[in-house]
This record gives sequence, C-alpha cells and structure tokens, in this order.
Amino acid sequence: VTVTAGIDVGSTYTKAVLADEDGTPLGRAVLLTGYNFAGAAERAYEEALTAAELERDDVSYLAATGYGRYMVPFRDLAVTELTSHAYAVHRQFPDVRTVLDIGGQTAKAMRLDENGRVKAFRLNDKCAAGSGAFIEKTVRYLGFETVDIPRLANDATDPATVSSVCTVFAESEVINHLSTGRSAEDVCAGAVIALAGRAGQLIKRVKPEPEYALTGGLTMVPRMKLELEALLSCTFHVPEDELGVYGGATGAAMLAHRRLRKLSLQPTTA
Amino acid sequence: MLVAGVDVGSTQTKAAVMDGERILGRALVDTGVRVNEAAASAFAVAAADAGVSEDSVDFVIGTGYGRYRVEFGDDQVTEISCHARGAVYLFPDTTSVLDVGGQDTKAIRVGEAGQVLDFCMNDKCSAGTGRFLGAASQALELPLGELGPLALTARNPVTMTTTCTVFAESEILGWLSLGRKVEDVLMGVHVAIASRSISLLRRVGIEPEITFTGGVARNTAMVKLLEEMTELPVNVSEESHYCGAIGAALYALDHALAREAEGAKGGMVP
Repeated sequence: VTVTAGIDVGSTYTKAVLADEDGTPLGRAVLLTGYNFAGAAERAYEEALTAAELERDDVSYLAATGYGRYMVPFRDLAVTELTSHAYAVHRQFPDVRTVLDIGGQTAKAMRLDENGRVKAFRLNDKCAAGSGAFIEKTVRYLGFETVDIPRLANDATDPATVSSVCTVFAESEVINHLSTGRSAEDVCAGAVIALAGRAGQLIKRVKPEPEYALTGGLTMVPRMKLELEALLSCTFHVPEDELGVYGGATGAAMLAHRRLRKLSLQPTTA
Repeated sequence: MLVAGVDVGSTQTKAAVMDGERILGRALVDTGVRVNEAAASAFAVAAADAGVSEDSVDFVIGTGYGRYRVEFGDDQVTEISCHARGAVYLFPDTTSVLDVGGQDTKAIRVGEAGQVLDFCMNDKCSAGTGRFLGAASQALELPLGELGPLALTARNPVTMTTTCTVFAESEILGWLSLGRKVEDVLMGVHVAIASRSISLLRRVGIEPEITFTGGVARNTAMVKLLEEMTELPVNVSEESHYCGAIGAALYALDHALAREAEGAKGGMVP
C-alpha cells in the first residue's frame, strides 16, 4: 500500500493525516500551531506516524497545506488550503458544489465544479468576528474552553442576541448578558448564530449551488450546521468522525496521491 | 457661576468643574459595570478637587456613551458636540478634532464657535480604537503609559499585517518569537492605529489646526506619528483627556446662563 501524508499548518491548529490511495486515514494528529510552524508540522507528523504505526520511510509523498505550508521543510508539495479542502470534500461528496470552511482565524466559501476544482471563492481572514476565534473568545469570556463549545451551544434553550460586530467589543456584551442572568449556554449559542449569519453572507457572494458541505474546525460544533441550514434553507453535508477538522490535511494527502499517479505516468528521462 | 460636565466613556469616566472660564477641578475614574455610580463618583471627586460642594454647582451636563446614566445631571449632550466644543476651548484655532478613546474613534470638523460641521466615527471595530493599544499592552505585559515612550525608541519598526485586534495579539507574539525587539513591534502597532485614525480624519477633511483628544492623546508616539503622517502640527494638551467633560461643562454654562436670564426676566431669581 502506498501511503502519503498531508500536513495542514493552520493559523490556530496544525493537522496531519496519513492516507492510502482511497483516502482512508491511517493515522492523524492535531495540535496547537503556536509560533514555530516547522516545529508544529514536525510534531503533528510524528504523532500521526505513531498513530498509524508507520515510519517516515513508509511515506511516499508529503503535501503541506494551510497558512504555514511553506514553513514545512520536509514537504514534497505545497497546495493552498482552498484546493485541499475542496478536493477532500469532492472525494467524499462528489455532488457538492458549495463548500464552507470555517477555521480558527479564517472563513472560506468556495464554489466547485464537477471535478472538485475551485471555480470561485471568498474569504475572510481580516476580522476575527467572521471566524472560529469569535466563538473561542466568547466562551473564554464566559469562563469556558474551546472544547466546551459544542456542548454549550447545544444545550441553549433561548439563545441570546450577540450583536457586536467586533470580537473584542463582544466581551462587554457577553458580560452584560451574564449580568442580566442569561446562561453561558444561551450566550454561546448566540455567538454561533452570529457567526453563522456572517458565514451565510460569505456563501452568498460565491453564487452558491447545491449541494452544500461544511468543513474545517467548526464541524465540531453541531449547532453551526443546524444554524446554517436554517439560515440558508438547505442541507449541509458534514464529514463524519471529526474528519472535517482534518479536511485540509486529508485533501492534501489525496492530492499527494494524485501527484504520485501523475509522476508514475511520466516517461523517465534517464 | 459653577458648572460641570461628566463624560461617561465606555472605559473611563471623566468630570470637569468650571467657573465658566477656568477649569477648577477634574476627575478620572474607571467606568466599570455600575455606570451611574461611576458618574456620581467622578462628579464628587471633581467637585472636591475644585474645592466646592456638589450642591453649589449650578448646572451639570452628561455626555458620552453613558450620558443618560448621569442621574443627577440637568441635561445631556452628545460626546461629538462636547469634544468639538472642548477642543476649541483648549485650542481656539482648531478645525479638525481627532478623538481616540477606549472603544471608539471620532474625527470631527468644527466651526469657530466649536460647533460640529461634520463628523465620522468608528465604534464597530476595535482595531481603530484605544483597545488596539490595550491589546498590545496585554500581549506585551506593559502598562499602557509605557507604550508610547518605548515605541519612540524603535529603530526598525515591523509592519503589522493583520487588521483585527484579536489577530494582532497573536501577530505581536509572533514577531517577538522571530526575535524582533519589543520597541520595533510596538512602533508597528502604533503605525497601524495612527494610519487608521488618519483615514477616518481624511473622511471629514484634514485642515490645520488638528487637535488630538481622548485617552490616546497622552501617547507620545501617537502624537509624533500623527504629525509625521499628516505633515501638520498636532495640538495636545494636559487637559486632552477631559476634553469631552470640558465641552459638556461649557454647554452647561450656556444652559445656566440662559436659565438665569430667563429667571431674571420672570423675576424668579432672588
């Protein structure tokens, strides 16, 4: 079996996936990126190898993607995260034409063709309010951690309105909500709804077509999918088994396989 | 005749007691969550500083974001009007006012009598406000008051690539992890906020003289950058921080004089 690796060095998290020709993940790892991109890539790669019980020599090709892809010294290939996310979604859901990827510091809306190529995209990487950072900050103001987001958002009974457009200014709004007796669950769900609204605006700008998929870190928050579906009156495919988080890395590993196939078809010059 | 202005800002509450011409007393307190209490305590401190009793003050005007919470006040005036009036009191030849506060930034074009001719405001995005410096102060663990002087020692400032306050916090730490000097990173932060302030000022038109008010006017690096970038001298005063409260006190004087004239006509004043 030929094994490739995909490493997605994101602004917040670094993800590594080892995959066979069918794109089946053999090992994976996720960790905080921090400031040393190469170090984060190295550690994520090692962890994924350990999880797959493989050695570096077993890996035939390695593709790096994400914000820090050029900081991965041991890469064979660098691809944009748009391409890799789109490819992973396309391989799993061939009928998807519109992909929304929300990560820690960016949100990307993409329209794909029938081959999984990106035909149009819009991204927000300028303002935290349009990214996962908005919810991360909000729950931190509430005294919770990132891991608590799915549960908090899910357990809300009467979501609060979070109207601040700025993540920093939302802090006072959160404190006001708490001081008037609103629950952390309701405020967290309010932040998810606000983010879904902004993501919806982003999607509209790529002239979306069915079918739809959600990928990236926010796939860990089931309420995000529900709110997007309610907002846009459509159904979103979401990769199962937390694979949305690894969408970029998985796509990169699959693109590494595709590159290998191309290379093997080329006549050798020697 | 004694008058007072209480400027309840989102971060700090300022009060000034005047005799109509001179500033007799001033106060600066943190606004906190109990806005009405902050207003009352600022007024009490300013009266004590002036050496007068609160009861002897003839007219009090509330201004700023919390102006309707100045429960003991006789009237309210918007902070735009008060800043314009205060700036012309401090510097009679003022044409353009830039007020950079903790949570908003205002650019105002004023007439000779301190009336507002045009204004432009950012209170939606924290990146163009004092909060941006607050984030830098937290990320670098330096008191706000030290930021300006330290930034002025920079020899090779970094260029900030992020706009958002949230992302800037990570960028600051990223620059430091690359070995850049604290002062060079800080100067980059100051350049970013100064250029956003100037683009706001341009929208109302920049004409000499420029008067810089609000808490951030105490920052020496900001003053120097504004002068360099506009190629014009920038007025700052020890009283800049109280500009809104001073303007409110001057509006209070108008009211008190009008009431006195009214009273004299009707024979009501003993």
